[in-house]
Amino acid sequence: MQITLTVNGAAREVDIDPRTTLLDVMRHHLDLTGSKKGCDHGQCGACTMLVNGRRINGCLSLAVMHDGDEITTIEGLGDPGNLSPLQAAFVRNDGYQCGYCTPGQIMSAKGMYDEFNKGWPSHVSDDLTAEPNFTTAEIKERMSGNLCRCSAYPGICKAIEESAEEEGLTKRKAAE
Amino acid sequence: MKSFEYVRASGIADAQDTAGRIIAGGTNLIDLMKHQIETPPRLVDVTRLDMTEIEQSAHSLRIGALVTNSDLAAHDTVRRDYPVLSRALLAGASGQLRNKATTGGNLLQRTRCPYFYDTTQPCNKRVPGSGCPAKEGINRILAVLGTSPHCIATHPSDMAVAMRALDARVEIESPNRGTEMLTLDEMYVLPGDDPSKETVLEAGDLITAVHLPQPPKGKQTYRKVRDRSSYAFALVSVAGIVDVEDGKITEAALAFGGLAPRPWRDGTVEDVLVGEAPSDALFDKAADVLLQDAQGFGENDFKIPLARRTLKAVLAELTGVTQ
Ligand SMILES: Cc1cc2nc3c(=O)[nH]c(=O)nc-3n(C[C@H](O)[C@H](O)[C@H](O)COP(=O)(O)OP(=O)(O)OC[C@H]3O[C@@H](n4cnc5c(N)ncnc54)[C@H](O)[C@@H]3O)c2cc1C
Ligand code: FES
Ligand code: FES
Repeated sequence: MQITLTVNGAAREVDIDPRTTLLDVMRHHLDLTGSKKGCDHGQCGACTMLVNGRRINGCLSLAVMHDGDEITTIEGLGDPGNLSPLQAAFVRNDGYQCGYCTPGQIMSAKGMYDEFNKGWPSHVSDDLTAEPNFTTAEIKERMSGNLCRCSAYPGICKAIEESAEEEGLTKRKAAE
Repeated sequence: MKSFEYVRASGIADAQDTAGRIIAGGTNLIDLMKHQIETPPRLVDVTRLDMTEIEQSAHSLRIGALVTNSDLAAHDTVRRDYPVLSRALLAGASGQLRNKATTGGNLLQRTRCPYFYDTTQPCNKRVPGSGCPAKEGINRILAVLGTSPHCIATHPSDMAVAMRALDARVEIESPNRGTEMLTLDEMYVLPGDDPSKETVLEAGDLITAVHLPQPPKGKQTYRKVRDRSSYAFALVSVAGIVDVEDGKITEAALAFGGLAPRPWRDGTVEDVLVGEAPSDALFDKAADVLLQDAQGFGENDFKIPLARRTLKAVLAELTGVTQ
């Protein structure tokens, strides 16, 4: 089937078997191997990408269902030598060891900042009706869909906390 | 994954395809297709249908079948008036999965029984008549209520447990039966002789929405006990709605996850509570009634005392009784 995806700002046409996941389109058809395949079953988050601005698991998405959608992968954030603030913060804070989960962690954090800005609550928010506070507990809960086999979690959290405003977080504390 | 024909529905009639299989978020179906547990010859993509709205009227909240789990959890009215539902949704899966998972798909997600997932093993749900090794095998996450000699699988949804407590009705457009509104107990069937049949839905039936009645009186909560504190299915969960007036419980709605083949609700448990002053002894009586027919299978025996404790903790929280 012929479909068109807007990938990191550019229209890309691909001719694919309907079984192909978004993750496999990126890796096998578009040569964008930044998004990783950890489990291929929605259990690890290594394949996280943004679809129309929202974070999802590329491994559990059929590409044919996303004809016309806008996809952002890790390649869309920055390049070597021109890292995005979050990418740079991961380097600065040792937010990885092997690095396999890192693209997924970074894309997931991008999506999460936006969810904060929209005032979405989480499982650890005490008051569902209030705007959430950008605390470490909130970050950990909201990032739980991204596993790190090397357990670089302290660095990951620090990187996410440090670069929040530069990446667009509008406020850390809910209005009084 | 087996090959399939892909069709994009552009109207309800396209979706009512008796030879096709509906796909919405895909977070359960694609997983099962990769394992070849599900091998639909035709997939009908319903995601472009107009079922993405949450509409409020004087008497109900109508949640379109395509509303994502994250949008539903974050909806202002749901957060304010149906917090048990927000809490249940937020306790499920991960941020990424909730962004794709839909209301209709969540209701119809399938069990996480390890024998259902392992295609080298017998499983009456997957291959009717092949047997159920779970009863004597790996059954730590499986059911203690509502089982049959043929299947002890649990229904994995958190959302559905809250909806059961809230007396939700599922709106279904059936090519044969027309529009139907079913409670969750009417929609889900117990395993009985044929665990492969999980609901009364037939091929071609489309879930179009879920309706919640007016917000119930009293306090609401959802408590989920699991192996890790996030991104894990429930071992036991309780959705509770309790109203206390003048020192007496006037209304109670309690539904349970992780215990049974469907979100479990037992009116006799609520009958024990209503009209009485809340106390630790009363909560024990309610737990006795809930668990009188509970049967463990070895590894999952722990769920029986765990259900008691979780129910009591929820009742204590909702009534202000200190345990
Ligand atoms: C790693 C992981 C962890 C998870 N953890 C949890 C958890 O803790 N708690 C929890 O509750 N869930 C959990 N889930 C499950 C998740 O909630 C479900 O996969 C999701 O809700 C399914 O929705 P969907 O729209 O993606 O369904 P799909 O996969 O698209 O469909 C599921 C089923 O519903 C049918 N269907 C879908 N829409 C309709 C409709 N409108 N009418 C008729 N039939 C329809 C499909 O034919 C299919 O049989 C987890 C999933 C994963 C992968
Ligand atoms: S590869 Fe998609 S979640 Fe693991
Ligand atoms: S850095 Fe190795 S998996 Fe996270």
